[in-house]
Amino acid sequence: MVRFENVGLRYGLGPEILRDLNFQIPAHSFQFLTGPSGAGKTSLLKLLFLSLRPTRGLVNLFGHDVSLLGKDEIADLRKRIGIVLQDFRLLDHMTTYENVALPFRVMGREESSYRKEVIDLLKWVGLGERMDALPPILSGGEKQRAAIARAVISRPHLLLADEPTGNVDPTLGRRLLRLFIELNKSGTAVIIATHDITLMDQYDARRLVLHQGRLHIYE
Amino acid sequence: MDLGTERPQVPAKARNLSPIVPRASIAGRALVAVVAIMTFLASITTGTVLLVSASASEWQSEVASEITIQVRPVAGRDLDRDAAAATQAIRTQPGIVEVRPFTKEESAKLLEPWLGTGLSLDDLPVPRVIVARVQPGSKLDLAELRRAVTQVAPTASVDDHRAWIERMRSMTGATLFAGIGILALVIVATIISVSFATRGAMAANRPIVEVLHFVGAGDRYIANRFLRHFLRLGLQGGVIGGGVAMLGFGFSESIAGWFSGTPVGDQFAALLGTFTLRPSGYLALAAQAVLIAAITAWASRRTLFATLNDID
Repeated sequence: MVRFENVGLRYGLGPEILRDLNFQIPAHSFQFLTGPSGAGKTSLLKLLFLSLRPTRGLVNLFGHDVSLLGKDEIADLRKRIGIVLQDFRLLDHMTTYENVALPFRVMGREESSYRKEVIDLLKWVGLGERMDALPPILSGGEKQRAAIARAVISRPHLLLADEPTGNVDPTLGRRLLRLFIELNKSGTAVIIATHDITLMDQYDARRLVLHQGRLHIYE
Repeated sequence: MDLGTERPQVPAKARNLSPIVPRASIAGRALVAVVAIMTFLASITTGTVLLVSASASEWQSEVASEITIQVRPVAGRDLDRDAAAATQAIRTQPGIVEVRPFTKEESAKLLEPWLGTGLSLDDLPVPRVIVARVQPGSKLDLAELRRAVTQVAPTASVDDHRAWIERMRSMTGATLFAGIGILALVIVATIISVSFATRGAMAANRPIVEVLHFVGAGDRYIANRFLRHFLRLGLQGGVIGGGVAMLGFGFSESIAGWFSGTPVGDQFAALLGTFTLRPSGYLALAAQAVLIAAITAWASRRTLFATLNDID
Protein backbone atom coordinates (compact mmCIF):
# COMPACT_ATOMS: atom_id res chain seq x y z
CA MET A 1 0.00 0.00 0.00
CA VAL A 2 2.81 2.40 0.95
CA ARG A 3 6.43 2.01 -0.06
CA PHE A 4 9.34 4.33 0.81
CA GLU A 5 12.71 3.82 -0.89
CA ASN A 6 15.76 5.84 0.17
CA VAL A 7 13.55 8.77 1.07
CA GLY A 8 15.17 11.89 2.48
CA LEU A 9 13.59 15.19 3.55
CA ARG A 10 15.03 18.59 4.34
CA TYR A 11 13.33 21.95 4.79
CA GLY A 12 14.91 24.56 2.54
CA LEU A 13 18.68 24.51 2.82
CA GLY A 14 18.63 23.05 6.35
CA PRO A 15 19.97 19.66 7.40
CA GLU A 16 18.24 16.48 6.30
CA ILE A 17 15.72 15.64 9.03
CA LEU A 18 14.63 12.31 7.55
CA ARG A 19 17.27 10.10 6.01
CA ASP A 20 17.31 6.94 3.94
CA LEU A 21 13.83 5.79 4.90
CA ASN A 22 13.08 2.33 3.55
CA PHE A 23 9.86 0.70 4.67
CA GLN A 24 6.48 -0.58 3.60
CA ILE A 25 3.05 -0.21 5.14
CA PRO A 26 1.03 -3.27 4.10
CA ALA A 27 -2.72 -3.08 3.70
CA HIS A 28 -4.72 -3.91 6.88
CA SER A 29 -1.60 -3.40 9.04
CA PHE A 30 -1.41 -1.57 12.38
CA GLN A 31 1.69 0.25 13.58
CA PHE A 32 2.82 2.82 16.08
CA LEU A 33 5.25 5.51 14.96
CA THR A 34 7.31 6.75 17.86
CA GLY A 35 10.51 8.58 18.69
CA PRO A 36 11.72 11.56 20.71
CA SER A 37 10.31 15.03 20.14
CA GLY A 38 11.70 16.61 16.97
CA ALA A 39 12.62 13.22 15.52
CA GLY A 40 10.44 13.94 12.46
CA LYS A 41 7.24 12.00 13.23
CA THR A 42 4.93 14.77 12.03
CA SER A 43 7.09 15.32 8.92
CA LEU A 44 6.87 11.62 8.10
CA LEU A 45 3.08 11.74 8.51
CA LYS A 46 2.97 14.75 6.17
CA LEU A 47 5.00 12.82 3.60
CA LEU A 48 2.50 9.98 3.91
CA PHE A 49 -0.38 12.45 3.52
CA LEU A 50 1.25 14.04 0.45
CA SER A 51 1.31 17.51 1.94
CA LEU A 52 5.11 17.39 1.73
CA ARG A 53 7.22 16.09 -1.15
CA PRO A 54 10.43 14.18 -0.39
CA THR A 55 13.72 15.88 -1.21
CA ARG A 56 14.98 12.57 -2.59
CA GLY A 57 13.94 8.96 -2.94
CA LEU A 58 10.75 7.26 -4.05
CA VAL A 59 7.37 7.38 -2.33
CA ASN A 60 4.81 4.99 -3.73
CA LEU A 61 1.26 5.28 -2.41
CA PHE A 62 -1.58 2.98 -3.46
CA GLY A 63 0.54 1.97 -6.47
CA HIS A 64 1.28 5.56 -7.59
CA ASP A 65 4.68 7.23 -7.69
CA VAL A 66 3.72 10.45 -5.87
CA SER A 67 6.36 12.53 -7.70
CA LEU A 68 4.33 12.04 -10.89
CA LEU A 69 0.95 13.03 -9.46
CA GLY A 70 -0.91 16.23 -10.28
CA LYS A 71 -3.04 18.21 -7.80
CA ASP A 72 -6.31 16.55 -8.78
CA GLU A 73 -4.83 13.06 -8.46
CA ILE A 74 -3.42 13.96 -5.04
CA ALA A 75 -6.88 15.16 -3.97
CA ASP A 76 -8.35 11.83 -5.12
CA LEU A 77 -5.72 9.85 -3.20
CA ARG A 78 -6.37 11.91 -0.07
CA LYS A 79 -9.97 10.75 -0.09
CA ARG A 80 -8.53 7.33 0.76
CA ILE A 81 -6.49 8.67 3.69
CA GLY A 82 -7.76 9.92 7.04
CA ILE A 83 -5.57 12.18 9.14
CA VAL A 84 -5.75 13.43 12.72
CA LEU A 85 -3.42 16.33 13.40
CA GLN A 86 -2.24 17.60 16.78
CA ASP A 87 -4.00 20.93 16.25
CA PHE A 88 -7.28 19.17 15.25
CA ARG A 89 -8.07 21.55 12.36
CA LEU A 90 -11.83 21.70 12.96
CA LEU A 91 -13.86 24.38 11.17
CA ASP A 92 -15.08 26.84 13.81
CA HIS A 93 -18.24 27.89 11.96
CA MET A 94 -19.50 24.31 11.68
CA THR A 95 -21.06 22.17 14.37
CA THR A 96 -19.37 18.99 15.56
CA TYR A 97 -21.80 16.98 13.43
CA GLU A 98 -21.03 19.07 10.32
CA ASN A 99 -17.27 18.81 10.89
CA VAL A 100 -17.45 15.05 11.13
CA ALA A 101 -19.75 14.80 8.09
CA LEU A 102 -17.46 17.03 6.00
CA PRO A 103 -15.63 14.21 4.11
CA PHE A 104 -19.00 12.84 2.93
CA ARG A 105 -20.13 16.31 1.94
CA VAL A 106 -16.98 16.82 -0.12
CA MET A 107 -17.61 13.46 -1.81
CA GLY A 108 -21.00 14.83 -2.84
CA ARG A 109 -23.05 12.23 -0.96
CA GLU A 110 -26.67 12.87 0.09
CA GLU A 111 -26.94 13.66 3.79
CA SER A 112 -29.63 11.03 4.32
CA SER A 113 -27.14 8.33 3.25
CA TYR A 114 -24.64 9.06 6.03
CA ARG A 115 -26.52 10.90 8.79
CA LYS A 116 -27.09 7.84 10.97
CA GLU A 117 -23.47 6.75 10.53
CA VAL A 118 -22.16 10.15 11.67
CA ILE A 119 -24.49 10.26 14.66
CA ASP A 120 -23.55 6.71 15.71
CA LEU A 121 -19.86 7.51 15.52
CA LEU A 122 -20.28 10.76 17.46
CA LYS A 123 -22.11 8.85 20.19
CA TRP A 124 -19.39 6.23 20.20
CA VAL A 125 -16.63 8.81 20.77
CA GLY A 126 -18.71 10.39 23.54
CA LEU A 127 -19.86 13.46 21.62
CA GLY A 128 -23.51 12.45 21.36
CA GLU A 129 -24.56 15.45 23.41
CA ARG A 130 -22.19 17.85 21.67
CA MET A 131 -23.29 17.28 18.09
CA ASP A 132 -24.69 20.78 17.69
CA ALA A 133 -21.87 22.52 19.54
CA LEU A 134 -19.35 24.66 17.72
CA PRO A 135 -15.64 23.81 18.16
CA PRO A 136 -14.74 27.01 20.08
CA ILE A 137 -16.84 25.81 23.02
CA LEU A 138 -15.51 22.24 22.98
CA SER A 139 -12.78 21.16 25.38
CA GLY A 140 -9.39 20.01 24.02
CA GLY A 141 -10.37 16.35 24.48
CA GLU A 142 -13.70 16.86 22.72
CA LYS A 143 -12.00 18.57 19.79
CA GLN A 144 -9.59 15.69 19.54
CA ARG A 145 -12.40 13.15 19.46
CA ALA A 146 -14.24 15.18 16.81
CA ALA A 147 -11.05 15.30 14.71
CA ILE A 148 -10.64 11.53 15.08
CA ALA A 149 -14.26 10.94 14.14
CA ARG A 150 -13.83 13.10 11.01
CA ALA A 151 -10.72 11.15 10.03
CA VAL A 152 -12.32 7.71 10.39
CA ILE A 153 -15.89 8.40 9.28
CA SER A 154 -15.29 7.61 5.61
CA ARG A 155 -13.43 4.38 6.54
CA PRO A 156 -10.20 5.37 4.81
CA HIS A 157 -7.74 2.81 3.47
CA LEU A 158 -5.00 4.45 5.51
CA LEU A 159 -5.39 6.31 8.80
CA LEU A 160 -2.65 8.63 10.07
CA ALA A 161 -3.01 9.91 13.62
CA ASP A 162 -0.61 12.34 15.27
CA GLU A 163 -0.75 11.96 19.08
CA PRO A 164 -4.44 11.05 18.99
CA THR A 165 -4.70 10.41 22.73
CA GLY A 166 -2.61 13.36 23.86
CA ASN A 167 -5.50 15.35 25.33
CA VAL A 168 -7.76 12.66 26.75
CA ASP A 169 -7.86 10.74 30.02
CA PRO A 170 -6.59 7.11 30.10
CA THR A 171 -10.10 5.63 29.96
CA LEU A 172 -11.05 7.58 26.85
CA GLY A 173 -7.58 6.91 25.45
CA ARG A 174 -8.29 3.17 25.67
CA ARG A 175 -11.66 3.71 24.06
CA LEU A 176 -10.13 5.61 21.16
CA LEU A 177 -7.47 2.94 20.73
CA ARG A 178 -10.28 0.41 20.50
CA LEU A 179 -11.86 2.51 17.79
CA PHE A 180 -8.60 2.43 15.81
CA ILE A 181 -8.29 -1.33 16.32
CA GLU A 182 -11.87 -1.88 15.12
CA LEU A 183 -11.21 0.32 12.11
CA ASN A 184 -8.06 -1.71 11.40
CA LYS A 185 -10.02 -4.97 11.66
CA SER A 186 -12.45 -3.62 9.08
CA GLY A 187 -9.56 -3.17 6.63
CA THR A 188 -7.89 0.20 7.30
CA ALA A 189 -4.11 0.37 7.67
CA VAL A 190 -3.39 2.47 10.79
CA ILE A 191 -0.31 4.50 11.72
CA ILE A 192 -0.44 6.16 15.14
CA ALA A 193 2.34 8.58 15.97
CA THR A 194 2.70 8.75 19.75
CA HIS A 195 5.02 9.21 22.72
CA ASP A 196 2.65 7.34 24.97
CA ILE A 197 4.36 4.09 26.03
CA THR A 198 1.26 3.04 28.03
CA LEU A 199 -0.88 3.32 24.90
CA MET A 200 1.60 1.26 22.87
CA ASP A 201 1.78 -1.38 25.59
CA GLN A 202 -1.97 -1.91 25.35
CA TYR A 203 -1.79 -3.36 21.87
CA ASP A 204 0.77 -5.61 20.36
CA ALA A 205 1.63 -3.97 17.06
CA ARG A 206 4.55 -3.17 14.82
CA ARG A 207 6.64 -0.20 16.00
CA LEU A 208 8.38 2.26 13.73
CA VAL A 209 10.92 4.21 15.76
CA LEU A 210 12.43 7.39 14.40
CA HIS A 211 15.79 8.32 15.84
CA GLN A 212 18.13 10.99 14.48
CA GLY A 213 16.27 11.03 11.19
CA ARG A 214 16.49 7.29 10.62
CA LEU A 215 13.75 4.72 10.97
CA HIS A 216 14.11 1.48 12.97
CA ILE A 217 11.37 -1.11 12.63
CA TYR A 218 10.41 -3.55 15.40
CA GLU A 219 8.01 -6.18 14.10
CA MET B 1 -16.98 -1.70 11.73
CA ASP B 2 -18.22 -2.83 15.12
CA LEU B 3 -18.36 0.08 17.52
CA GLY B 4 -19.47 -2.05 20.47
CA THR B 5 -22.66 -1.62 22.46
CA GLU B 6 -21.72 1.22 24.79
CA ARG B 7 -23.64 3.87 22.85
CA PRO B 8 -25.45 6.53 24.84
CA GLN B 9 -28.91 6.97 23.34
CA VAL B 10 -29.31 10.70 22.76
CA PRO B 11 -31.93 12.22 20.48
CA ALA B 12 -30.10 13.81 17.58
CA LYS B 13 -31.20 16.89 15.70
CA ALA B 14 -27.93 17.55 13.91
CA ARG B 15 -28.13 18.62 10.28
CA ASN B 16 -25.84 20.07 7.61
CA LEU B 17 -26.97 23.67 7.78
CA SER B 18 -23.78 25.72 7.62
CA PRO B 19 -22.27 26.63 4.28
CA ILE B 20 -18.73 25.31 3.82
CA VAL B 21 -17.48 28.85 3.26
CA PRO B 22 -19.29 31.23 5.64
CA ARG B 23 -20.80 34.17 3.77
CA ALA B 24 -19.80 36.60 6.50
CA SER B 25 -16.12 35.77 5.99
CA ILE B 26 -16.16 37.48 2.60
CA ALA B 27 -16.04 41.28 2.59
CA GLY B 28 -19.20 41.33 0.50
CA ARG B 29 -20.69 44.75 1.09
CA ALA B 30 -17.64 46.64 -0.15
CA LEU B 31 -17.44 44.46 -3.24
CA VAL B 32 -21.15 44.90 -4.01
CA ALA B 33 -20.65 48.68 -3.73
CA VAL B 34 -17.62 48.59 -6.05
CA VAL B 35 -19.42 46.45 -8.66
CA ALA B 36 -22.57 48.61 -8.37
CA ILE B 37 -20.59 51.82 -8.92
CA MET B 38 -18.68 50.31 -11.84
CA THR B 39 -21.90 49.03 -13.45
CA PHE B 40 -23.55 52.41 -12.94
CA LEU B 41 -20.65 54.24 -14.61
CA ALA B 42 -20.56 51.73 -17.46
CA SER B 43 -24.33 52.03 -17.95
CA ILE B 44 -24.26 55.83 -17.96
CA THR B 45 -21.43 55.75 -20.50
CA THR B 46 -23.17 53.23 -22.74
CA GLY B 47 -26.53 55.00 -22.44
CA THR B 48 -25.00 58.36 -23.33
CA VAL B 49 -23.13 56.88 -26.29
CA LEU B 50 -26.37 55.28 -27.52
CA LEU B 51 -28.28 58.55 -27.12
CA VAL B 52 -25.65 60.61 -28.93
CA SER B 53 -25.34 58.03 -31.73
CA ALA B 54 -29.12 57.85 -32.20
CA SER B 55 -29.54 61.66 -32.23
CA ALA B 56 -26.55 62.12 -34.51
CA SER B 57 -27.78 59.59 -37.06
CA GLU B 58 -31.27 61.13 -36.93
CA TRP B 59 -29.86 64.59 -37.43
CA GLN B 60 -27.50 63.33 -40.07
CA SER B 61 -30.31 61.75 -42.11
CA GLU B 62 -32.38 64.94 -41.80
CA VAL B 63 -29.51 67.13 -42.94
CA ALA B 64 -28.56 64.73 -45.74
CA SER B 65 -32.07 64.81 -47.19
CA GLU B 66 -31.90 68.56 -47.77
CA ILE B 67 -29.84 70.89 -49.90
CA THR B 68 -29.66 74.65 -49.46
CA ILE B 69 -29.19 77.15 -52.26
CA GLN B 70 -28.15 80.69 -51.52
CA VAL B 71 -28.63 83.43 -54.07
CA ARG B 72 -26.42 86.41 -53.19
CA PRO B 73 -27.36 89.93 -54.18
CA VAL B 74 -24.95 91.76 -56.50
CA ALA B 75 -25.25 95.11 -58.15
CA GLY B 76 -26.95 95.02 -61.51
CA ARG B 77 -29.04 91.86 -60.92
CA ASP B 78 -32.58 91.45 -59.69
CA LEU B 79 -32.43 89.22 -56.64
CA ASP B 80 -36.12 88.26 -56.71
CA ARG B 81 -35.94 87.27 -60.36
CA ASP B 82 -32.73 85.24 -59.84
CA ALA B 83 -34.30 83.46 -56.84
CA ALA B 84 -37.43 82.60 -58.80
CA ALA B 85 -35.34 81.33 -61.76
CA ALA B 86 -33.18 79.23 -59.47
CA THR B 87 -36.29 77.77 -57.83
CA GLN B 88 -37.64 76.82 -61.20
CA ALA B 89 -34.33 75.29 -62.28
CA ILE B 90 -34.19 73.17 -59.11
CA ARG B 91 -37.75 71.91 -59.54
CA THR B 92 -36.87 70.39 -62.91
CA GLN B 93 -34.06 68.29 -61.46
CA PRO B 94 -34.76 64.58 -60.94
CA GLY B 95 -34.82 63.44 -57.28
CA ILE B 96 -36.11 66.76 -55.94
CA VAL B 97 -39.47 66.31 -54.24
CA GLU B 98 -40.04 69.70 -52.73
CA VAL B 99 -38.58 73.18 -53.20
CA ARG B 100 -39.23 75.91 -50.72
CA PRO B 101 -37.91 79.41 -51.44
CA PHE B 102 -37.74 81.64 -48.38
CA THR B 103 -39.49 84.98 -48.95
CA LYS B 104 -37.96 88.31 -48.03
CA GLU B 105 -40.03 88.37 -44.80
CA GLU B 106 -39.04 84.82 -43.87
CA SER B 107 -35.39 85.68 -44.42
CA ALA B 108 -35.83 88.69 -42.12
CA LYS B 109 -37.34 86.37 -39.49
CA LEU B 110 -34.30 84.07 -39.72
CA LEU B 111 -32.05 87.02 -38.91
CA GLU B 112 -34.21 88.32 -36.06
CA PRO B 113 -32.26 86.59 -33.25
CA TRP B 114 -29.12 88.47 -34.33
CA LEU B 115 -30.40 91.72 -35.80
CA GLY B 116 -33.65 92.32 -33.93
CA THR B 117 -37.16 92.99 -35.26
CA GLY B 118 -38.30 95.67 -37.76
CA LEU B 119 -35.50 94.89 -40.14
CA SER B 120 -35.68 96.13 -43.72
CA LEU B 121 -33.78 93.73 -45.97
CA ASP B 122 -33.61 96.38 -48.66
CA ASP B 123 -30.86 98.10 -46.66
CA LEU B 124 -28.72 94.93 -46.34
CA PRO B 125 -27.14 92.59 -48.90
CA VAL B 126 -28.89 89.53 -47.43
CA PRO B 127 -28.83 86.42 -49.63
CA ARG B 128 -32.07 84.61 -50.43
CA VAL B 129 -32.33 81.02 -49.26
CA ILE B 130 -34.00 78.16 -51.12
CA VAL B 131 -34.38 74.77 -49.39
CA ALA B 132 -34.91 71.69 -51.56
CA ARG B 133 -35.91 68.28 -50.18
CA VAL B 134 -34.33 65.29 -51.84
CA GLN B 135 -36.21 62.02 -52.30
CA PRO B 136 -34.73 59.53 -49.83
CA GLY B 137 -32.64 56.90 -51.59
CA SER B 138 -32.37 58.81 -54.87
CA LYS B 139 -28.99 59.74 -56.30
CA LEU B 140 -29.00 63.44 -56.94
CA ASP B 141 -26.62 64.71 -59.64
CA LEU B 142 -25.25 67.61 -57.65
CA ALA B 143 -22.92 68.86 -60.43
CA GLU B 144 -25.82 69.03 -62.89
CA LEU B 145 -27.97 70.81 -60.30
CA ARG B 146 -25.18 73.28 -59.60
CA ARG B 147 -24.69 73.91 -63.36
CA ALA B 148 -28.44 74.41 -63.94
CA VAL B 149 -28.78 76.82 -61.03
CA THR B 150 -25.71 78.95 -61.81
CA GLN B 151 -26.80 79.19 -65.43
CA VAL B 152 -29.92 81.08 -64.43
CA ALA B 153 -28.56 82.72 -61.28
CA PRO B 154 -24.76 83.17 -61.50
CA THR B 155 -24.47 84.37 -57.88
CA ALA B 156 -26.12 81.21 -56.45
CA SER B 157 -24.22 78.62 -54.46
CA VAL B 158 -25.38 75.08 -53.66
CA ASP B 159 -24.66 73.52 -50.25
CA ASP B 160 -25.37 69.81 -49.73
CA HIS B 161 -24.21 69.99 -46.03
CA ARG B 162 -21.41 67.52 -46.66
CA ALA B 163 -19.08 69.40 -44.31
CA TRP B 164 -21.69 69.29 -41.55
CA ILE B 165 -22.31 65.61 -42.05
CA GLU B 166 -18.58 64.91 -41.89
CA ARG B 167 -18.35 66.87 -38.64
CA MET B 168 -21.32 64.99 -37.21
CA ARG B 169 -19.75 61.71 -38.21
CA SER B 170 -16.44 62.54 -36.58
CA MET B 171 -18.22 63.78 -33.44
CA THR B 172 -20.21 60.54 -33.17
CA GLY B 173 -17.06 58.51 -33.78
CA ALA B 174 -15.18 60.44 -31.08
CA THR B 175 -18.05 59.94 -28.61
CA LEU B 176 -18.15 56.22 -29.36
CA PHE B 177 -14.37 55.94 -29.03
CA ALA B 178 -14.41 57.78 -25.68
CA GLY B 179 -17.29 55.57 -24.50
CA ILE B 180 -15.42 52.37 -25.38
CA GLY B 181 -12.32 53.73 -23.63
CA ILE B 182 -14.28 54.49 -20.44
CA LEU B 183 -15.94 51.05 -20.58
CA ALA B 184 -12.55 49.36 -20.93
CA LEU B 185 -11.24 51.30 -17.91
CA VAL B 186 -14.33 50.41 -15.86
CA ILE B 187 -13.93 46.73 -16.72
CA VAL B 188 -10.21 46.74 -15.85
CA ALA B 189 -10.96 48.52 -12.54
CA THR B 190 -13.68 45.93 -11.80
CA ILE B 191 -11.31 43.03 -12.48
CA ILE B 192 -8.62 44.53 -10.23
CA SER B 193 -11.11 45.24 -7.39
CA VAL B 194 -12.59 41.74 -7.61
CA SER B 195 -9.14 40.12 -7.67
CA PHE B 196 -8.16 41.99 -4.51
CA ALA B 197 -11.43 41.08 -2.81
CA THR B 198 -11.01 37.41 -3.78
CA ARG B 199 -7.44 37.33 -2.52
CA GLY B 200 -8.59 38.88 0.76
CA ALA B 201 -11.40 36.35 1.11
CA MET B 202 -9.03 33.46 0.39
CA ALA B 203 -6.51 34.76 2.95
CA ALA B 204 -9.27 35.07 5.56
CA ASN B 205 -10.48 31.54 4.79
CA ARG B 206 -7.13 29.83 4.42
CA PRO B 207 -7.76 27.45 7.38
CA ILE B 208 -10.97 26.31 5.67
CA VAL B 209 -9.13 25.70 2.40
CA GLU B 210 -6.48 23.64 4.23
CA VAL B 211 -9.10 21.50 5.97
CA LEU B 212 -10.92 20.96 2.69
CA HIS B 213 -7.63 19.75 1.20
CA PHE B 214 -7.23 17.39 4.18
CA VAL B 215 -10.58 15.78 3.54
CA GLY B 216 -9.76 15.27 -0.12
CA ALA B 217 -11.47 18.22 -1.78
CA GLY B 218 -9.97 19.18 -5.14
CA ASP B 219 -9.25 22.75 -6.22
CA ARG B 220 -12.34 22.85 -8.44
CA TYR B 221 -14.61 21.86 -5.54
CA ILE B 222 -13.09 24.50 -3.27
CA ALA B 223 -13.14 27.19 -5.97
CA ASN B 224 -16.83 26.51 -6.64
CA ARG B 225 -17.68 27.06 -2.95
CA PHE B 226 -16.14 30.55 -3.16
CA LEU B 227 -17.34 31.27 -6.66
CA ARG B 228 -21.01 31.05 -5.67
CA HIS B 229 -20.49 33.91 -3.24
CA PHE B 230 -18.69 36.06 -5.76
CA LEU B 231 -21.21 35.42 -8.53
CA ARG B 232 -24.02 36.41 -6.14
CA LEU B 233 -22.14 39.55 -5.08
CA GLY B 234 -21.43 40.43 -8.72
CA LEU B 235 -25.09 39.99 -9.68
CA GLN B 236 -26.23 42.09 -6.71
CA GLY B 237 -23.82 44.89 -7.67
CA GLY B 238 -24.79 44.61 -11.35
CA VAL B 239 -28.52 44.78 -10.61
CA ILE B 240 -28.12 47.78 -8.27
CA GLY B 241 -25.78 49.78 -10.55
CA GLY B 242 -27.58 48.89 -13.77
CA GLY B 243 -31.02 49.42 -12.18
CA VAL B 244 -30.18 52.90 -10.89
CA ALA B 245 -28.77 53.88 -14.29
CA MET B 246 -31.89 52.57 -16.08
CA LEU B 247 -34.13 54.48 -13.68
CA GLY B 248 -32.04 57.57 -14.39
CA PHE B 249 -32.59 57.17 -18.14
CA GLY B 250 -36.27 56.36 -17.56
CA PHE B 251 -36.81 59.62 -15.70
CA SER B 252 -34.54 61.67 -17.97
CA GLU B 253 -37.46 62.58 -20.23
CA SER B 254 -39.39 63.98 -17.28
CA ILE B 255 -36.30 65.79 -16.04
CA ALA B 256 -35.74 67.23 -19.54
CA GLY B 257 -39.40 68.36 -19.48
CA TRP B 258 -38.73 70.55 -16.42
CA PHE B 259 -36.04 72.41 -18.35
CA SER B 260 -37.91 72.77 -21.62
CA GLY B 261 -38.27 76.41 -22.61
CA THR B 262 -35.05 77.35 -20.86
CA PRO B 263 -31.96 78.04 -23.00
CA VAL B 264 -30.14 75.01 -21.51
CA GLY B 265 -33.11 72.72 -22.10
CA ASP B 266 -33.51 73.90 -25.67
CA GLN B 267 -29.82 73.38 -26.44
CA PHE B 268 -29.98 69.84 -25.06
CA ALA B 269 -33.14 69.14 -27.00
CA ALA B 270 -31.49 70.42 -30.16
CA LEU B 271 -28.43 68.23 -29.59
CA LEU B 272 -29.95 65.04 -28.19
CA GLY B 273 -33.55 65.23 -29.39
CA THR B 274 -36.05 63.81 -26.88
CA PHE B 275 -33.35 62.40 -24.57
CA THR B 276 -35.14 59.05 -24.54
CA LEU B 277 -33.38 55.69 -24.60
CA ARG B 278 -34.96 53.16 -26.95
CA PRO B 279 -36.06 49.74 -25.62
CA SER B 280 -33.01 48.17 -27.31
CA GLY B 281 -30.89 50.58 -25.25
CA TYR B 282 -32.39 49.26 -22.00
CA LEU B 283 -31.71 45.72 -23.21
CA ALA B 284 -28.09 46.71 -23.89
CA LEU B 285 -27.78 48.09 -20.34
CA ALA B 286 -29.28 44.92 -18.84
CA ALA B 287 -26.89 42.77 -20.90
CA GLN B 288 -24.03 44.95 -19.73
CA ALA B 289 -24.97 44.47 -16.05
CA VAL B 290 -24.98 40.68 -16.58
CA LEU B 291 -21.63 40.97 -18.39
CA ILE B 292 -20.09 42.82 -15.44
CA ALA B 293 -21.44 40.17 -13.02
CA ALA B 294 -19.90 37.50 -15.27
CA ILE B 295 -16.60 39.39 -15.34
CA THR B 296 -16.71 39.52 -11.52
CA ALA B 297 -17.16 35.74 -11.37
CA TRP B 298 -14.46 35.14 -13.99
CA ALA B 299 -11.92 37.41 -12.26
CA SER B 300 -12.72 35.74 -8.96
CA ARG B 301 -12.32 32.24 -10.44
CA ARG B 302 -8.98 33.15 -11.99
CA THR B 303 -7.66 34.51 -8.69
CA LEU B 304 -9.07 31.53 -6.76
CA PHE B 305 -7.16 28.99 -8.82
CA ALA B 306 -3.97 31.06 -8.70
CA THR B 307 -4.27 31.32 -4.89
CA LEU B 308 -5.19 27.63 -4.45
CA ASN B 309 -1.99 26.70 -6.24
CA ASP B 310 -0.08 28.46 -3.46
CA ILE B 311 -2.00 26.79 -0.63
CA ASP B 312 -1.50 23.14 0.18
